[in-house]
Amino acid sequence: MSFWSRHQIFEKNSIVLIVGITLVIAIGGIVEIAPLFYLKSTIEAVDGMRPYTPLELAGRNVYVREGCYLCHSQMVRPLRDEVERYGHYSLAAESMYDHPFQWGSKRTGPDLARVGAKYSDEWHVTHLSNPRSIVPQSVMPSYKFLAEASVSTQNIADHLRTNRAVGVPYTDEQIANAVADLKTQADPDNGDTDALLKRYPKSVARNFDGQPGMPTEMDALVAYLQMLGTLVDFKLYNEKANLR
Amino acid sequence: MTKQTDSVKWMTIGEAGLTMILAATVFLSIIAAAKAEDTAYAFHVTLAGFASLASIFVILNRYFGRGDLPPQEIGGRPNYNFGPIKFAAAASVFWGIAGFTVGLLIAMQLAWPDLNFNLPWTSFGRLRPLHTSAVVFAFGGNGLIATSFFVVQKTCRARLAGDLSPWFVVLGYNFFIVIAGTGYLLGVTQSKEYAEPEWYADLWLTIVWVTYLLVFLMTLVKRKEPHIFVANWFYLAFIVTIAVLHLGNNPALPVSVFGSKSYVAWGGVQDAMFQWWYGHNAVGFFLTAGFLAIMYYFIPKRAERPVYSYRLSIVHFWAIIFLYIWAGPHHLHYSALPDWTQTLGMTFSIMLWMPSWGGMINGLMTLSGAWDKLRTDPVLRMLVVSVAFYGMATFEGPLMSIKVVNSLSHYTDWTIGHVHSGALGWVGFVSFGALYCLVPWLWNRKGLYSLKLVEWHFWIATLGIVLYISAMWVSGILQGLMWRAYTSLGFLEYSFIESVEAMHPFYIIRAAGGGLFLIGALIMAWNLWMTVRVGEAEEGALSTPGATLQPAE
Repeated sequence: MSFWSRHQIFEKNSIVLIVGITLVIAIGGIVEIAPLFYLKSTIEAVDGMRPYTPLELAGRNVYVREGCYLCHSQMVRPLRDEVERYGHYSLAAESMYDHPFQWGSKRTGPDLARVGAKYSDEWHVTHLSNPRSIVPQSVMPSYKFLAEASVSTQNIADHLRTNRAVGVPYTDEQIANAVADLKTQADPDNGDTDALLKRYPKSVARNFDGQPGMPTEMDALVAYLQMLGTLVDFKLYNEKANLR
Repeated sequence: MTKQTDSVKWMTIGEAGLTMILAATVFLSIIAAAKAEDTAYAFHVTLAGFASLASIFVILNRYFGRGDLPPQEIGGRPNYNFGPIKFAAAASVFWGIAGFTVGLLIAMQLAWPDLNFNLPWTSFGRLRPLHTSAVVFAFGGNGLIATSFFVVQKTCRARLAGDLSPWFVVLGYNFFIVIAGTGYLLGVTQSKEYAEPEWYADLWLTIVWVTYLLVFLMTLVKRKEPHIFVANWFYLAFIVTIAVLHLGNNPALPVSVFGSKSYVAWGGVQDAMFQWWYGHNAVGFFLTAGFLAIMYYFIPKRAERPVYSYRLSIVHFWAIIFLYIWAGPHHLHYSALPDWTQTLGMTFSIMLWMPSWGGMINGLMTLSGAWDKLRTDPVLRMLVVSVAFYGMATFEGPLMSIKVVNSLSHYTDWTIGHVHSGALGWVGFVSFGALYCLVPWLWNRKGLYSLKLVEWHFWIATLGIVLYISAMWVSGILQGLMWRAYTSLGFLEYSFIESVEAMHPFYIIRAAGGGLFLIGALIMAWNLWMTVRVGEAEEGALSTPGATLQPAE
């Protein structure tokens, strides 16, 4: 029997064909994906990472909902121009609590991995409401409507709990105080900011949108943008620490 | 009396079972709508309730109106099931035009941002997934379902397996598209590119897709031909792999079963890898393997020549499905994904060039001895040019997967241009060619209403593609070079916004190209509509399958 006629076993039996296909397509995925879950070098440990505060998480959900990732990446590559333009290249650990990841694939606008604390809250609010009032050449849509939408607080604890179920290490205390923490971070005068800071080190409590009243989606989104890339202190970061 | 008991009509297991499941769905939809935590979810479960109710009505109506079930064969010839195929073919044209229109709108939004209209549901971030899903899954997906159901029946010489299930696949799939599309506009997304639909839409698609696999597989099982035709290998690989990719990429935990929001099971690096393993192979198996199946059936059929090389198709098939699955990490070059994974992804992407061109050669060389038909048959020309675009895109892809090239091209419009040379040139043209063949066959027409209009479609769309991809090459490379340009003093030469400003003329040219492509598709829709409405009927064909049915004595 020639080599080519042996192939008839696939052509004459649909079950053999489907089994063959399944085996052949399984190999690549298994080899590339499975090791990422157990190789320690995949995510090297780094100081400073913590789960998102409830307000930041709500802001991140707005970011996801509005499709910001379609024009803004959150992944600074270790290339000279990117490091000079955006800051230290992104570490795997910096997105370890991201479900889903927001690395993006296109830069119609600039990378946002380290946008946190670069601009004032007012800059962000004005820019989100009317991008061309600050950057005349911008092609970004206006997100004025975020300032009028209040953040729904009632089930924020469920969001934290769901995150914990998929692997984000929220503590019982963080979940129990989720609603209070959310309100405190957007309205620090009427809440326990010390407790917030203890639960979420380096978190910043401010009235982000500058408006009185309940936290809006604008508060949440700006809180999220203002913390991006600020958790790891790169003055103390030793990139050789994980070399083996 | 005995005569009467003989003709007692029973519901089939499918009819009874599906009616009960749908009734339960109506009931559950009411509960879910009452307890819904967000409006999008409430809207979607209401849609599900009404769709289930309508389906129950249709099933019962058919049951009371029908005699026996359609026979497997009539007069020794297979009694092909064309109903679901006609629906899917029409849906493909409809969604294609919808998807191209949204694409044109978002292209113009990038040139003139006022077109975002300051509203949530018309902003670029929500419309872009609508565009990609509409063209890939709605236009392409319906085309694949239509052609696969046609090809598998013809090449197996057997009626499509199942009675209600082919309709369930077609209607269920289009219902998924409605849920996904309206969800994007309402801000329901899990933000994984080309896998944006939320958990409940994903669950529904899983049910539909498994049914699709079963219908296809069971038709293969009952075939009358000893061999499974090569196009069916590709269709089968496409269906199986899409199922695996969908299940691997989408596991998610909803915050509440009465709400739309969920959190994906994977996080960070692993999520990125899963996503691009999925994303790249949505290209590899949905937009390549599936459409290669179209190539392997429709080009030989239209050219009236056999497939160029049987051995090449064997090598092509196994090599392409084995290699493609590895290529995902080239979307994550220089990212926080480990280097070893990136290197593997790049290596396999370069190797992928070979089977891709093997397939292109097999498709093009099928024209041996029939090249003259390119002059006279614009449909065949469209099919052949699609394969040429396939060759071009599959050369460009490996090139862009090389890390140094990628350091320039990634994050820029070059990627968009590359995708569209494949999407407009290859997937678009091969689908148009298949539709031009399929519609006269399905509706028993002698030929198309007008070949002249096909000529117009071909040239207008080709011009559109050329404008589109050349604009994106220039803008992409320009962007990449501006971002990395340094002055003689060692400072970055351009601010980011200067690169945005420089894109403006190219975004206008791109939108013009997309507009031409849309005009071409509208010409096609008119041509196909007129073919069905006023086309001359094929002589000697059975206009209705029941016409020759003899009552049983």
